[in-house]
Amino acid sequence: MLHLVLFLVFGAICVAGAINLLAQTHPISSALSLVVVMASLAVEYLLLGAEFVAAVQVIVYAGAVMVLFVFVIMLLNAGAEERTKGSHVALVLGVPGVLAGGLLVAWVLLKRSETGRVALGSLPGYPKTIGTLLFHEFLLPFEVTSILVLIAIMGAVVLASRPDAKTPSGKES
Amino acid sequence: MVPVSYYLVLSGILFACGVVGFLIKRNIITIFMSIELMLNGVNLSFVAFAAHWQKFSGQVFVFFVMVVAAAEAAVGLAIIIAVFRTRETLNVDQVNLLKL
Amino acid sequence: MTSSLHLWLIPVLPLIGAAINGFFGRHFSRRTVAGVALTFCGAAFLKALFVAAQFSSLSLPHTEFLAHWIRSGDFLVNFEFYLDQLTLVMLLVVTGVGFLIHIYSVGYMWEEGGFYRFFSYLNLFMFFMLTLVLAGNYLQMFIGWEGVGLASYLLIGFWFTKDSAANAGKKAFIVNRIGDFGFLIALFLMIKHFESLDFGRVFSSVSPLPTENAGFGLLTSIGLLLMVGAAGKSAQIPLYVWLPDAMEGPTPVSALIHAATMVTAGVYMVARSHVIFDHAPNALTVVAIVGTLTALFAATIGIAQTDIKKVLAYSTVSQLGYMFMACGVAAYSAGIFHLMTHAFFKGLLFLAAGSVIHAVGGEQDMRKMGGLRQYIPWTFLTMTIATFAIAGFPPLAGFFSKDEILARAYQANPAYWFIGVTTAFITSFYMFRLWFMTFFGDYRGAEPAGHGHSNAHGHGGHGDPHESPMIMLVPLMILAVLSIVGGWVGIGGRFEHFLGPVFGERAASEVATGGLSQSTEITLMMISVGAAFLGFYLAYLLYHKRRDLPQKIADALGGFYQAVVHKYYVDEIYATLFVKPLVDGSTRILWHGVDQGVIDAAVNDTADGARHVSDAARHMQSGNVRSYAGWIAAGGALIIAYMIWMGIR
Repeated sequence: MLHLVLFLVFGAICVAGAINLLAQTHPISSALSLVVVMASLAVEYLLLGAEFVAAVQVIVYAGAVMVLFVFVIMLLNAGAEERTKGSHVALVLGVPGVLAGGLLVAWVLLKRSETGRVALGSLPGYPKTIGTLLFHEFLLPFEVTSILVLIAIMGAVVLASRPDAKTPSGKES
Repeated sequence: MVPVSYYLVLSGILFACGVVGFLIKRNIITIFMSIELMLNGVNLSFVAFAAHWQKFSGQVFVFFVMVVAAAEAAVGLAIIIAVFRTRETLNVDQVNLLKL
Repeated sequence: MTSSLHLWLIPVLPLIGAAINGFFGRHFSRRTVAGVALTFCGAAFLKALFVAAQFSSLSLPHTEFLAHWIRSGDFLVNFEFYLDQLTLVMLLVVTGVGFLIHIYSVGYMWEEGGFYRFFSYLNLFMFFMLTLVLAGNYLQMFIGWEGVGLASYLLIGFWFTKDSAANAGKKAFIVNRIGDFGFLIALFLMIKHFESLDFGRVFSSVSPLPTENAGFGLLTSIGLLLMVGAAGKSAQIPLYVWLPDAMEGPTPVSALIHAATMVTAGVYMVARSHVIFDHAPNALTVVAIVGTLTALFAATIGIAQTDIKKVLAYSTVSQLGYMFMACGVAAYSAGIFHLMTHAFFKGLLFLAAGSVIHAVGGEQDMRKMGGLRQYIPWTFLTMTIATFAIAGFPPLAGFFSKDEILARAYQANPAYWFIGVTTAFITSFYMFRLWFMTFFGDYRGAEPAGHGHSNAHGHGGHGDPHESPMIMLVPLMILAVLSIVGGWVGIGGRFEHFLGPVFGERAASEVATGGLSQSTEITLMMISVGAAFLGFYLAYLLYHKRRDLPQKIADALGGFYQAVVHKYYVDEIYATLFVKPLVDGSTRILWHGVDQGVIDAAVNDTADGARHVSDAARHMQSGNVRSYAGWIAAGGALIIAYMIWMGIR
């Protein structure tokens, strides 16, 4: 009972945040709504018993990625977006399509599936277990991901650097 | 005892919001944030299933998704900055050099 | 089988000549071209003589196999040659008369353009004609049949820059084709029922079959269809219309192809297929009727023509009718006899006419000739002999052959004989009309310093009419001699005896002439000679003594005369009934409807459709990021929906 109430409350906050993200014109407001969504998602994870994931969600996602977003918004001094002519395809085809797909999925899931129920905190999310899995079964993806992050760092540095910036050693470019 | 399907519906709603946001928003950064929203929705469904099947692989996968999302956010924002430098606008409709 | 005579040489030698002249003649001098053509044609003639010399030592029929051609299951067709008495007669006529005409052509065409082309075509014609004659099966004969049609087309339209000549060539080929259609169906029937086109096999399959006395059996159908083919090739009713137009070609062509050889191919084919016709008396009756009617019909047209070559053309149609009449009453050897003598005197008539035309500088209208006998004495002499021969005066060649036919016709049915005699009278009349108009009286021609532009032969303006050179006169003289003595082989039935083994028991029984008594024969002979005299006298009256009479008669007859002059409007009738609807139908239905509407439209619309599709699909690549996203989202939703649906089912 408690589980259901908590789920519904934080689910509502999630959805509200998501819709607010869509509704706001200024990117900063959208970013902050996204932070709200992530926070409530972290609570949902907790309800499912995945404490480690919840913690990582808050620290990495909400704490690092969203901060990066906010930095960039402020760097580029993005203002409220204007109304320009959009794409007809997106509005006519995409939005209704997605909504229809979403409704279909929801209907199927709610009416036709016989999945079971989860209890509150049913999944013990010990970091130790996850660590063992990471370094035993998922070792290769783990290492690849680390290389991916390295590449991402290099890419971001290169892409975002100024075209005529001086190299660190002081040579002129 | 909440049925797993509720979690999945929530995840679906979040995902749909993300896609709709991608389609109707004009600011590149906002579009990017919609992508993050989509990823979050998918994460939720992973964790829900992990709880359902009592497997930890779901959480591990969420871990990987987050790492990839972070890397992607970094590179993507760098690209946005580069595009902003040339185009002086964050309106995605104006990044249309491929138009016929 | 006796040793090989290498019969293949006879057709192939002219083919080599045609090839040499055709490919290289452009660079040769006229002498070389003429030399090549005459050498190869003469060689074929010599080979034919050689074969004739060996004839008595051969076992007949003598067949020679050259190569396999079609081998399809049980159906075999080979390249092979068939030699018997009939073949020998045809061989000698074709190569002999052909060779003489080649010699004549050297002189006649000396000043024409396209000299090498002419001789190449002429040799090509000889090749095909000899293939036809020597063929050992119907399919090889058909090759020759089509090939002579082709050569005829090429030669009629020799001066192809002239519209009338080109059209005449086309007309000849197309009308021939109609006949060939009948021939082909006959071949198909033979293949179906006898599983072979080989002469030996077909005839031995036919012999044991019962005679079809009533109605339409298989053999009657084959016979009638073969007759259709023969009617096309040999210019009988209703497919004779191409022959008068074929006079657009050079005169040696008219002599060789349209008098002596090609047009006789039909008669040869009917004679060769006599086994089939013997078993199909109804078909044979049709042959006789067609021949008789054609003979009379063409003769009546001939009396009103003013162009010297047209008179001879209609005369050819008429004489061919006689040959078919002979075949139609199963007197095949009489028909072949007349074929041979006709080749002599008709060939001579055409060549002499060419000499006359050459003399007056290209004029072909007889009304503008006259009194030429003092200018061109040798031509006059030879043409006189030919005219008397064709009219049937004894002891010249035409008398013997025509009389033979008339006697047999009388035996079969006096009606045939009566029409035959009437036609003989008319023949004599129009031939002597030609003779008087051309050689007697005053010269009505153009001024000596005149033009001579009427046909492309032109070399006008060279003074008075002059005799032709020796190279043209010698063939005339040789043919004149043959026209005199050519008929003597028929005395005492020697010719028929010679051809007897070819035509089997039926002909042999006719040879015995059990049918006619001696006195009846003499009476018939007298009547036909009398008819010839009557024609001579009438022509003398109208065209020598009382020159004003013909015009008065023509005026008196009015409309009927006009109809005859206009050849009974047959060409116009055909044009309205057949040609125009076909051309219109073809234009509207096949061209606009099918070709443009369906085929072109299909191609064009496919291209247009591709363009429209790509025009529509182009919108997917708009360069707008959001539209890309929209497409992806829509596609993704579709796929997910599909997967859900599959999962639910």
